[in-house]
Amino acid sequence: MRDKSDSGGMLDGVWRFFASVRLTVAVLLSLAVTSIIGTVIPQNMTPFLYLRSYGEGLYRVFDALDMFDMYHSWWFRFLLLILVVNIIICSINRLSATWKIIFPKTPVFPVVRLKQAKHKETWQVADSPESVKNRFLSYIAKNYRTHEVQPEKDGFLILAEKGRWTRLGVYAVHFSVLLMVLGGLIGSLLGFEGFVNIPEGESAARIRLITGNAEKDLGFLIRCNDFDISYYENGMPREYRSNISLVKDGNVLVTKDIRVNDPLRFAGVNIFQSSWGRTPGKRFKVVFTEESSGVTYESEASLGEEVQVPGDKGVLILDDFKSEFSFKGVNLGGVFIGRLALKDQEPTNVLLPVEFPRFDRMRRGEHVISVSDLAYSYYTGLQVTRDPGVPVVYVGFVLMIIGCYITFFMFHQKVCVAVIEKDGQTQVAVSGILGKNRPGMAAVAKQLSNRLKHLR
Amino acid sequence: MSAEIFSIVTFIYGLSVILYVAAWVFKKSFLGGLATWVTVAGAAGNGAGLVFRWIESYQMGIGHAPLSNLYESLVFFSFSLAGIYLFIEFRYKMKSIGVAASPLFFLAMAYASLPKVNSGIQPLIPALQSNWLIAHVITCFLGYAAFAVAFGTSLMFLVKPVDGRPGTGIIGLIPDSDILDDLTHQMVMFGFLFLSLGIITGSVWANQAWGRYWGWDPKETWSLITWLIYASLLHARLMRGWQGKRIALLSCLGFIAVIFTYFGVNLLPGLHSYQ
Repeated sequence: MRDKSDSGGMLDGVWRFFASVRLTVAVLLSLAVTSIIGTVIPQNMTPFLYLRSYGEGLYRVFDALDMFDMYHSWWFRFLLLILVVNIIICSINRLSATWKIIFPKTPVFPVVRLKQAKHKETWQVADSPESVKNRFLSYIAKNYRTHEVQPEKDGFLILAEKGRWTRLGVYAVHFSVLLMVLGGLIGSLLGFEGFVNIPEGESAARIRLITGNAEKDLGFLIRCNDFDISYYENGMPREYRSNISLVKDGNVLVTKDIRVNDPLRFAGVNIFQSSWGRTPGKRFKVVFTEESSGVTYESEASLGEEVQVPGDKGVLILDDFKSEFSFKGVNLGGVFIGRLALKDQEPTNVLLPVEFPRFDRMRRGEHVISVSDLAYSYYTGLQVTRDPGVPVVYVGFVLMIIGCYITFFMFHQKVCVAVIEKDGQTQVAVSGILGKNRPGMAAVAKQLSNRLKHLR
Repeated sequence: MSAEIFSIVTFIYGLSVILYVAAWVFKKSFLGGLATWVTVAGAAGNGAGLVFRWIESYQMGIGHAPLSNLYESLVFFSFSLAGIYLFIEFRYKMKSIGVAASPLFFLAMAYASLPKVNSGIQPLIPALQSNWLIAHVITCFLGYAAFAVAFGTSLMFLVKPVDGRPGTGIIGLIPDSDILDDLTHQMVMFGFLFLSLGIITGSVWANQAWGRYWGWDPKETWSLITWLIYASLLHARLMRGWQGKRIALLSCLGFIAVIFTYFGVNLLPGLHSYQ
């Protein structure tokens, strides 16, 4: 790159900026710190909820900074972009230098550095240098990629090396990060993610996308044939299962039982069991029990319809049904919420849990109101996605693991076995160097010397 | 059955803490040898307890690997820690690191014994009914355990005087700074590989259960934050030649992120919070 400086110092400066590992560390730590924000501020909720928890002023500031969808904000993406450019430039820069080390025309052993290396194992053998030579050489030849013998005064050196290619592992790791970012980009450009609720026996052709209040036509119908929940003895849910069919022009394309962890995948579209709910049947009975006498009156009712209170005392309207409702921390299950307008009294709200018919006693009215003969209809909540980026991301995953393993646990090692006769004794010294700043040479030297000591 | 084994294991681990500290303070090698064998017994019991718990869950008709809730994860964490520590002790022939490591696996077991941690064998909720559960939990916790040991060696590095004097008293018995620095680096690399595997297996599982491989759920995000901190450490070390104190401090910071990923996330809303 230095020879480019005449074409513009500015460009050279930009290149050097992006080629620095200082930038890498800064960007990695910035991503770490900013990512915390999204785990503290819940993401992608409705403005109403944010306004309630943060107030008008803070809401505006956060909203302007995209804090409510920060992982998709321009500034977070900008950090990712810097990381990507940093990785690419660093890799080009270093690979051009490393390439000569990995694939040299004539391998050279740095004899002095090897002999003076920090970790050294020495021992003495009874035989003369020449008599151990063949033994050592055959072991080295078998276990190292290249080796050579250099004569020394009163002995010789065996120089050997292996694992040059492992220097490429780190590029695999960095390339894998690029693949993951690319896969994510493909997914966000060409994929979609949405939800749809389908009552048992009904079909849906459109799903609601999670981003920007839009809907999407799938090009086929999803029909929910059946939905089932089963429970363990202790009441914990065991299984949510939907039997669904995909239907196009009246023809069933495919039918499958889907469960959590067992989706339906069809023509690139994935359908997941995501949630469920129930809606009350259209007709049910409202029961009025007179507290003083225990006499009951029953009346047919439906949601939103006026029900006469016995003795022409007023009207009750049930406005809403919630399939799960908590009251003072107790889960009441399905509840009706209604308005009771008695003559000569202010209208009051009533809460009628289907499974607790005596709950309304708390209101201390003349009648206890409850609901009976309620048939539920269930709906299944499906998540529908398409993500053509997944294969690219998965290739990235595999490459990341292989690359990390090579980078961390395989070394480019150069070793020197010095066999010297001194004062009538043969001394053997094993020393070596690993790729830069790598720990573990001591272990390598120890292992190699153990092998050599026990050669027969 | 497994419950009793785990109470005994907690006690044994407590004993190994005392023995490692005693061996260190009194410089008695027979105490060190005893500490090692007590820890081996504790780890064997810990592993056997996990196997028994697995069998018990099948006897209850809700068979699944004992890796499904906070209690079981703590027990497995403790087992991983003791295993990794013993491996290092045998490989490096150094017992003084036990002083920093043994409290970690003892504390994990002690925390699991608290009444507020539900120790019952519960059936698997639908989201956890997947073969990915075992791969995901084991890889994550091996990673956490390696980072915990790196935290231990980093702490020892930091309390050791820097000026190269051999030091007096028990501080002088801390292993050589170079060895600690080297061990921290080794453990961080091991942990990083397994954390990566843990995140990746979790990602593939999430894609199968929820239809996306990454959703910025707080636990996912915190595991990424942890990954980014250790990635910074490795870059600072390998490329910028950072060593010693700065690496030890980054390793401590990384472990704080690990702890938050493990426990703190339960304070935040999300899919991973333990029931």
